[in-house]
This record gives sequence, structure tokens and C-alpha cells, in this order.
Amino acid sequence: MRIPGLELALERLPAPLPIWYARVDADAWLAAARAVATAEGRLVALWGADRGWREGGGFAVSAAYALAEGLVWLDLALAADAPMYPDLSPHFHCAVRMQRAAADLVGIVAIGARDTRPWLDHGAWPADRFPLHDHPGDESSAATRSAIDYPFVRVAGDGVHEIPVGPVHAGVIEPGHFRFSVVGEKVLRLEERLGYTHKGIEKRFTELAPLDAHRLAGRVSGDSTVAYAWAYCMALEAAADCTTPARAQWLRALLLERERVAAHLGDLGALGNDAALAFALAQFSRLREDWLRVSQQLFGHRLMMDRIVPGGTAIDVDAAAAERLRAQCEATLVEARELKSIYDEHAGLQDRFVGTGRISHELAVQLGVTGLAGRASGRADDLRADHAWPPYDVLGVRTATNGAGDVAARVAVRFAELFESLRLIPAILAALPAGERRAEFRLAPGASIGAGWVEGWRGEVFVALELESDARGDRIRRCHCHDPSWQNWPALEHAVIGNIVPDFPLINKSFNLSYSGHDL
Amino acid sequence: MWKILRQIGRTGMRSEAPPACDEALRVEAEQIQRELLAILGRALTIREVDAGSCNGCELEINALDNPYYNLEGLGIRFVASPRHADLLLVTGPVSRHMELALTQTYEATPAPKLVVAVGDCGAGCGIFAKGYATCGAVADVVPVDVAVPGCPPAPIEILRGILTAVRRCGPDASDDAKAH
Repeated sequence: MRIPGLELALERLPAPLPIWYARVDADAWLAAARAVATAEGRLVALWGADRGWREGGGFAVSAAYALAEGLVWLDLALAADAPMYPDLSPHFHCAVRMQRAAADLVGIVAIGARDTRPWLDHGAWPADRFPLHDHPGDESSAATRSAIDYPFVRVAGDGVHEIPVGPVHAGVIEPGHFRFSVVGEKVLRLEERLGYTHKGIEKRFTELAPLDAHRLAGRVSGDSTVAYAWAYCMALEAAADCTTPARAQWLRALLLERERVAAHLGDLGALGNDAALAFALAQFSRLREDWLRVSQQLFGHRLMMDRIVPGGTAIDVDAAAAERLRAQCEATLVEARELKSIYDEHAGLQDRFVGTGRISHELAVQLGVTGLAGRASGRADDLRADHAWPPYDVLGVRTATNGAGDVAARVAVRFAELFESLRLIPAILAALPAGERRAEFRLAPGASIGAGWVEGWRGEVFVALELESDARGDRIRRCHCHDPSWQNWPALEHAVIGNIVPDFPLINKSFNLSYSGHDL
Repeated sequence: MWKILRQIGRTGMRSEAPPACDEALRVEAEQIQRELLAILGRALTIREVDAGSCNGCELEINALDNPYYNLEGLGIRFVASPRHADLLLVTGPVSRHMELALTQTYEATPAPKLVVAVGDCGAGCGIFAKGYATCGAVADVVPVDVAVPGCPPAPIEILRGILTAVRRCGPDASDDAKAH
């Protein structure tokens, strides 16, 4: 692995996917950003850390890039009295909000960044207290300041109205604020303000034991609990240089694909409902309920929380269970195919779906749109195919892609991925290797790092982990969980332009981004 | 259209019976009189508030509208405005950023009103705990009538909590509702 034009001491981490790590200086930080952008790579995540616990102290800013060969984690040390780093937003649009969040949580500043408004900070904690600083004492009793008056961008003009929506939304959905500027029914501009579900997750990680924190990772975004738990466990196992048994890897993939099917069944029904086809919601929600009930019966949890654990899985599958799972895939496939043909032939539904909420391929690349939404705008990134890790190296995943970039395309990609996962699950069951479902391991003494990278149903979930192990025990010093929604939320602002306000729920649902996964 | 009718015919009736109540879920002493509850329990409107959950509880709350639980068939539906609501269904450890929104939603809900806190986070024993960004439990912010533990609680348990809050318990209550 090389970043063109740079000589870096890249250390390959012992993870199942190709992931490298290197320390850089400020010049290399900026040069790498330029090189990755030129090579058409992606910025996956950017985050800050307080390194006061380490010799040398100070702070750090990290960037994770996805290139053709794999992921590179670059770590730039920052002086304690000058926590500043070169701005990445000219090269990667998605860096804007990530840099604002790093400033809110760690107090590190991107030099030259144009948008320096607080993002995750709504004024609920003291201005001089950064949540991820290593200070002693109890922040929960600290005096709060008054809520920030967030400076939304205003649109001027004849007949322009502003519609504020949220944080409490009309339906049963997570909270966030959307500020629309409209003329009549047509949306001129949408600006989001998120952070309402910020729970201080990254601080909470430092209070949990590393071997227990997979439970917290699995609750960053409940609908992606399997993807997150796997990414966290992958990071922990990489830090400990632990190889999970083959059977465990295959069982993990089984759970991940089951999560993907459940998500797509839910979304496809909800999308039909948002276009007023209630029949669609009744049918798909029934299929999703059947799916979750089998997960409850065979795995002990409808959403499969806490089933992926450090070293492997907490569940196993015997012949009877495998047959039930296989039969359910077959039954679901038959029904889903019938429902797809109903969708395709329903004129009213297609009228709402086609051409609505469009993100062109060019815009998707420019914004760094990732995952399902990216694939629906002509991108073809899917970790299961691009960096096929066990068992995906044997299974051969077909990446679903569609060039139209509208709601119809995001529906089409969901159907394609649903069918593909319903093919993968029986294939996994048929080839499940014998052996243990879990391995024991210990952390190495001293400091260690690890990273996990998993294609969740929304897109790539990434976890970066810094650990310390000594006589007193094992500690998480920093755990950064990255949700693919960070890249895609800004895309939603573009997708609604020119559409009518009543189509917003449909467009929003077609992305179905995570609020909790984003807000941390 | 024909395909739609055929699929509906093939699917058939899937709705299951509602669960029995569980007084053990009750948190507060009775806030609403029996007569009012008898009326409320027949056609109940719910305003759901995600006060910082991980969205797992929202998935299970949304499941209440699926054909198995058939919430609307029980005379219960979700509404968009707290001013139209009889009951608030609240999830999450109440992030500090949602504290004001939750309080304002509660105050906008006209009396008589009930509050059901859903999930371990809502009940105050979730993994997030009280911290710089969270208030702790829903009961730390607004009065709560019933708390439904679970992570997330299954839809049947959430429904049990709602029916317990309006004291709509057992076959007699639903027969009574049908007679009217």
C-alpha cells in the first residue's frame, strides 16, 4: 500500500480487511489529503483525541481514507497549547461537519475552515469544558450555559417562507431539525441541524471495560447493531492480534446479512407508505415481523443485539435452525418478488418515486456519498466485494448499483440487495465451517490500537480503538465510531432542492439515515 | 390492482389478540380517574417522542402498526401533534439536547394525559447512564405513569405498557369497548 507521492511508515493492522496506520506531520497530513482526492479515494472518518494519558501528551487528529488497496488511518499529533491542524474540507466536503464535531468534543481546530459553527454542541455543557478531555470530576453536575442560537443560513426573496421542522418529528422517528426555505410548495433550500440525540457515547466508552464495550457499540444505532458490534469487535481483536475462528466469521456474516434483510424489508414498506400505498407497509411490515420473530427464536433477540461478542459470537446454529433460516429465506424471496412486481407496475407509486430527490453521480462523488445511497447514484463501493474479507471472499457478493440517483433508484438498490442477501444466507448456511464459535484472548500490555470496517446496510461502519492495558486492568482510551450517515446527511440537503415539501418524507426515508449513529 | 387484491387474499388475517395488563409496570400513583380512563382507553391517541434513543425502541414501536399487533384496530393511533395526544410514548435516556423539546411536548399535551417511558434507557437503567449529555431517565424530566423495560422491549411488551396505562385489561375491557 502506498499513498502516491508520500513516503509513510505504514503499519498493517491485523484486521481481516486491509487497514494500515501511520503517524504523520502537518505537511504529510495535507499532502495525503490531496493525494487521496486525486486518486479518487474517500475520506471515511475524521476525529480528534486527547492524548494526555500518553507520554508526550497533547492532542491528535486522525483521518481514515479509503483507497483501492484498503483503508489508511493517519494520525497527526497536536501540541497541547496549539491544537490546530490543516483544514481538509477543500478536498473532502464531508470533512466540514466532522471537523466541527471534533472542535466541539475535543477542542481541536481546523485552520482556515470556513464553517466554524458548533455542530454537536447545543450549549448544554460549559464552553470551556470539552467532553472528550481527560479531566477528573463529574461533568454531569457542571453548570450549563443557555442554548446556542444556531445561525441558519437565510434565504431572501419575494414569497420565500421558512418552515422549521423538528426536533420532534411528525412520525415515530428520531429527532433532528430541518430548516426549509420554500416558495409555494417548492423547496429552495434545506439546512439540517443535528446533534439532538447526542448522548456522550465516546465518553461513555472510556468508562466501560474493553471486553464489555461491544454492547455500547451495538447501541450507537440500534438498527445497525450487528454491523457496529462486528466493527468494534474487529477493532478489539486487531488490537489484541486475535484471529477469530472460521465458524465465528461465518456466523457473524449470517447475522449481518439478516440485519440487512430486516432493514430493507422495513424501508421498502415505509417507502410505499410514504407514497400513500398503505398496502405496501402492511405487507412488508408483516414480512419484517416474521423475520424478527425467527431471530428472537433462534438467536434470543429480535434485533440480534449482543450476539456478536469479542472473539466470536454468542450464538450458534444447528441443523434444525439452519433449515428454518433457509426456509424463511425462500419464503421471503417468493413474497418479495411478488411485491416488487406490484411496485414496478403501480403507476401512482412510480409517479412519486421516479425523478424525486435526485443526486447525480457527479454530485455523489463530490459530496462523498457512500453506501446504499452512493450505489443508487452510480457509485459501486461495497466493502463485501471491494475488500472481501472472510467469509465474503468465498461467497462472492454482487454489488447492487443504479445510475438514476432518485428515490426509485434507492428502492431498486434495496430490492437488489434484499435478493442478494436472501441468496447469501443459504450459501452461508450450506458452507458453515465446523469449529468453535468464539476464541478467548487477552490484550497486550501497554498501549495498542485497532480498527474495524464493516459494510452495514446503510454503508461502511468504521471503528477506531485506542487501548491501554496495565496491572490495574484494561482501559479504552479512545473509541471513535463512524456512521456512514456523516457523508450522506449533507447529500439530503441537495436531494430535496426543487422538490415539493410533501415529498420530503419520501426522500428522507429513501436515504433513511441514522440520527443516533451520527450524533454519538 | 388485481395483484394487490390477490396478495391481500393470500396473506389473510394476521392480527393477534392484545396482551394482558401488568400492574408491575406502573410507576406513579393513579393520575387519572377511572371514568376518564374508561373513555380514553377506547380511542387513544399517542404522541411518540424519541428523547435520545439509539433508534432500537423506535423500530419496535413502529412494529405496533404492523398487521400482527394491529394498533389501529385496537382504537389506538399515533398523532403528529402533542395537542391531539392523550398519551406520550417516550424513549431514550433524555439527551440534554432533547430535554427542552420533551418538556415542551409534555406541556403542549392537554390534560388528562399519560406518559409511558419505553426501554431500559427510558426507565433509567440503560447502558448510556446519566452523564454530561444525558439526563438519566424520562422520569427525571416529566412525570411517568408506566415504564416498560427492555432493550428494546418487544412490541407486545410496549403494547402491554400502553394498555396498562389506560387500565384496559383483559377480555372484559375489549368486550366493553366493542359494546359501545
